[in-house]
Amino acid sequence: MADLEALAKAFTGLGIDEKSLIENLGKSHPEHRALFRKRTPHFFIEDERSFERWNDHCVRLLKHEFVRFKNALVLWAMHPWERDARLVKEALKKGPQSYGVIVEIACTRSSEELLGARKAYHSLFDQSIEEDVATHIHGSERKLLVALVSAYRYEGPKVKEDAAKSEAKILSNSIKNGHKKNPIEDEEVIRILSTRSRAHLKLVYKHYKEVSGNIIHEDLDDSDLIMKETVECLCSPHAYFSKVLDEAMGSDSHKNTKKGLTRVIVTRADVDMKEIKEEYMNLFGVSLSKKIEEKANGNYRDFLVTLITRDN
Amino acid sequence: MASLKVPASVPPPQEDAEQLNKAFKGWGTNEGLIISILAHRNAAQRNLIRQVYAEAYGQDLLKDLDKELSNDFERVVLVWTLDPAERDAYLANEATKRFTSSNWVLMEIACSRSSHDLFKVRQAYHARYKKSLEEDVAYHTTGDFRKLLVPLVSAFRYEGDEVNTMLAKSEAKILHEKISDKAYSDDEIIRILTTRSKAQLNATLNHYNNAFGNAINKNLKEDADNEFLKLLRATIKCLTYPEKYFEKLLRLAIKKIGTDEWALTRVVATRAEVDMERIKEEYRRRNSVTLDHDIAGETAGDYERMLLALIGHGDA
Repeated sequence: MADLEALAKAFTGLGIDEKSLIENLGKSHPEHRALFRKRTPHFFIEDERSFERWNDHCVRLLKHEFVRFKNALVLWAMHPWERDARLVKEALKKGPQSYGVIVEIACTRSSEELLGARKAYHSLFDQSIEEDVATHIHGSERKLLVALVSAYRYEGPKVKEDAAKSEAKILSNSIKNGHKKNPIEDEEVIRILSTRSRAHLKLVYKHYKEVSGNIIHEDLDDSDLIMKETVECLCSPHAYFSKVLDEAMGSDSHKNTKKGLTRVIVTRADVDMKEIKEEYMNLFGVSLSKKIEEKANGNYRDFLVTLITRDN
Repeated sequence: MASLKVPASVPPPQEDAEQLNKAFKGWGTNEGLIISILAHRNAAQRNLIRQVYAEAYGQDLLKDLDKELSNDFERVVLVWTLDPAERDAYLANEATKRFTSSNWVLMEIACSRSSHDLFKVRQAYHARYKKSLEEDVAYHTTGDFRKLLVPLVSAFRYEGDEVNTMLAKSEAKILHEKISDKAYSDDEIIRILTTRSKAQLNATLNHYNNAFGNAINKNLKEDADNEFLKLLRATIKCLTYPEKYFEKLLRLAIKKIGTDEWALTRVVATRAEVDMERIKEEYRRRNSVTLDHDIAGETAGDYERMLLALIGHGDA
């Protein structure tokens, strides 16, 4: 007996509930399927010649959902260097709405990991990462993005107190005067965000808060999205990742945003998933595993949950 | 090709270390002995000697050299003895401390080292100075110089031979447009020069010459006093014909033209293990005398002897 509700659920969310489909559709009789076609109008359209045909757009969407598990597996097995190189290339191809992924990779990877990605990029694409980024991006964010992917930040604890103070002021002034000159094109802002070590930047943010009263990314809104993401990735990566995950699982998330779920889980499962889970709980009041179980289906869901609960 | 001459059978590092230590003992220093050893060991061998020396005598060989030697001779020996990545990090750091001519040193290191070697410099810089090379270069430069130098030192150029001809043609056109508009520090010029592979750049500049009748550097000779243009021309030369770049630097240094007094020491020490033979060929072609001849004419004493040894004069 085709359970229409279960069927509808099997196709809702991220990934596909394979078991439910096998149970329901697999065991269905022709009249059950006819009912399914009649009762799920957004999947099927009434054709002029009196039959219900698959909505092509839906079939394409379904394809994405079926392939989500395969993509997650392939990405998971991949060497991290190849992974990051391919993610950047894909982001460049997709265009401005995906440039956040470039920021994510350039700013959350360690200096050695980013170097690795740059090496892999040579092998995979016969070009350097900075060359490709510079060629494909034409807007105001080009300078910052090229600088971010070219960075090889010092990773130690040594910081410069005086420089941090003055750099906090520089950032604050630039953001305040944002309406006159876009901070993302300010050569000093680019210098600070793309060359300073993470430890030094932590100190800069601390002084920024003292100078302006706010946490730096609160002073940036979505019109400065790239810059906001840069600052978030550099100063509070776990909160950033939590937000990407939550957006991916949102009810009306865009095709590209949904990919964030696979990307973040697969790329961080070996790195800082514990901290991300903690931050997720802090920000959204629900456990990440629970949310994934609610919003994802089938093998895809089980795979992701396995990745994030491995050390429990 | 390197000009460095290493003997067919090299004594073990322990023996070299012992001999060097002997060279420092007593009154005065046996400079000849120092030259006969250090000027005939490659980077890997020198690193071993330093290691063994430190274990045997509890002191960094470089510190002892610094104590015992002086002037130009000391400088060339110290700079030479350093591991190449460490050396470039040291030179780059020195360059960020001083004024304009030092932009050239940064450019030279960024453009004439391979992608892999440039990254080793960045790693050595972290280790030695507890900050990143690009951080220091960015902090100590401004305007157009920063715009050019930071991406140059941060580049990790693709090293393959593949060339995209269509791209070379279109980028030659872009370069020509910007130069005709006198927009010398335009984002597009910077992009092309600081990100493209050396092979691709060569193709682009050849197309430039074919399409516009002039080598690009001719079109950049506009203003004799424009420091940025000078640096831009040098960048292009260093990326495409390093031996010509270094020949000119040597020629000016030997004739004592310009303010880069260090250049002779620096070029010999940094290229002896890389392409000094090519540079010597270029020098002879351009000046009708050998580099050996001019160095012997313009320098003296142990400094001269060390330089000559490094450029392959005489035996191993």
